[in-house]
Amino acid sequence: MKSRPNWPAGLFALVWLAIVVGPLLYLVTVSLRSRAEYLGKSAWEIPDALTLDNYVTVLTGNFGQYLLNNVIVTVATVAIVVLVTVPAAYAVVRNTSPFVQRGFTLLLMGLAIPAQATIIPVYLMITRMRLYDTLTAVILPTAAFALPVAMLVLVNSLRDVPRELYEAQAIDGAGPLRVLVSLVLPLARPAIMTVVVYTALNAWNGFLFPLVLTQSESSRVLTLGLWDYQGQFGTNVPALLAAVTLSVLPIFAVYLIGRRFLLSGLTAGFGK
Amino acid sequence: MSSQRPSAWYAVPAFAFFALFAALPMLLVIYLSFTAWDSLGTPRLNGGENWARLLDDAEARASVWRTLLLMVMSWLVQTPIALLVGVWAAGKQRSRAVLSSIFFLPLLLSTTAIALLWNALMEPNFGAFVGGPLFLGDPDIALYTVVLVISWQFIPFHTLLYQGAARAVPPSLYEAATIDGASRVSKFRHITLPQLRYTIVTSSVLMLVGSLTTFDTVLILTQGGPGTATRILPLHMYITGFKGFEMGYASAIAVVLVVLGTALSLAVMRWSGFRSMSSQQEGS
Repeated sequence: MKSRPNWPAGLFALVWLAIVVGPLLYLVTVSLRSRAEYLGKSAWEIPDALTLDNYVTVLTGNFGQYLLNNVIVTVATVAIVVLVTVPAAYAVVRNTSPFVQRGFTLLLMGLAIPAQATIIPVYLMITRMRLYDTLTAVILPTAAFALPVAMLVLVNSLRDVPRELYEAQAIDGAGPLRVLVSLVLPLARPAIMTVVVYTALNAWNGFLFPLVLTQSESSRVLTLGLWDYQGQFGTNVPALLAAVTLSVLPIFAVYLIGRRFLLSGLTAGFGK
Repeated sequence: MSSQRPSAWYAVPAFAFFALFAALPMLLVIYLSFTAWDSLGTPRLNGGENWARLLDDAEARASVWRTLLLMVMSWLVQTPIALLVGVWAAGKQRSRAVLSSIFFLPLLLSTTAIALLWNALMEPNFGAFVGGPLFLGDPDIALYTVVLVISWQFIPFHTLLYQGAARAVPPSLYEAATIDGASRVSKFRHITLPQLRYTIVTSSVLMLVGSLTTFDTVLILTQGGPGTATRILPLHMYITGFKGFEMGYASAIAVVLVVLGTALSLAVMRWSGFRSMSSQQEGS
């Protein structure tokens, strides 16, 4: 069906485009301005020259350390979540015992727990476990709070696997572990990708748990590092925005490579 | 046959991990709300002292109101824009596909990055709006400014939900309406909106619960200021606990937060049906 163009809607979309793109343009252009230009000229004026100095300033500081910490936290969180949820989702779909089924129901209730409300007891537990100010302290609760959505996504996808496939494997004499490796893993691959992206984004952008569970520079993650730059750089806003831009680049790269996976990870558990 | 099925042990690591780091803290926070604890020593039971104090705390009451205002305002700003942009972006035209891939760009930025960017944009002396309103510095409009920043951050996410749902509306419905000579507006009202009602519910629950627990955006933008103009409930809890070292009292505030969040989700889902929400996921 061909319809004539919808001009009012198109105009509305263009206005919205300007609102979305304006701040992003500001982010990139100011990060390329010298500090003198930033202080001397209005944001709307075209700068005389662009410079990468701000990026040098950021990269010669602690940025590398923060980035490394972020990578460690993200990789470890994703590893824990995938390792524990894939077998668990398999059990939920194929094991009808009340322990497994009630456990799954309880776990789904975790979707309603706001992480914000648990920071005080989590802080208590982490200090008692002598993990305060370590990356492990950040990884453990971050992974735990990713479990409900991860389980929801995996169980939903495994429920779509026809029962005959499992039964055929059983007739071949395959034990549960072999079924997990040769049937569940390949069939659940798209769902696992969604879980990986969802968990990785949460861990990469996490702020609350690092804020209350770490303190020193050596265990600071990127989000807290950026926040710290705001105070450290003071009026050197171009350097701050260069750091912000650098922090977005890894995710932007993922967006370019696998836009579909990124978007499905973002909306994991909630519709398309 | 039954020996071929995975044993319950397959689920134990996930359950145990969740129990220890998510479920146990939920129980602990209730216990802590009946204690006095300065974050260093040992929590000491003090009966219902925190709860009695909470009932009399004018600042806590004010922060609940600010939170509700923030929730309602965020919903009012985000829902119409996300709905319209999402439905528009669902169109098959190439221009729409290109523009919608740009619309999703804010999703790539962390909350921290977004808050720092908007702080810079609204910086009164060198920002993009020099000579304009003070935005975050003006106690009368600071909370509304926060709503705008939150909306800029989250509208793309909800647009994505609406885009997916609008694409799933059967084209035959529109074709039939076109034959009947229905106008564009009337097709939107009588076909699109009813077809999207479950997505509207899902998106609304996420928006309401999300703004109830907004924390990092406000902490970075204003730290609750100027004065206490933007001190919403989660921030009040954080400042009371981690800055004022009254962890017991802050735990009572945290319990209020959980109760509000659960009540809110249950109310919206009961009113609209959770089953329909999960059946939509299966269709995705």
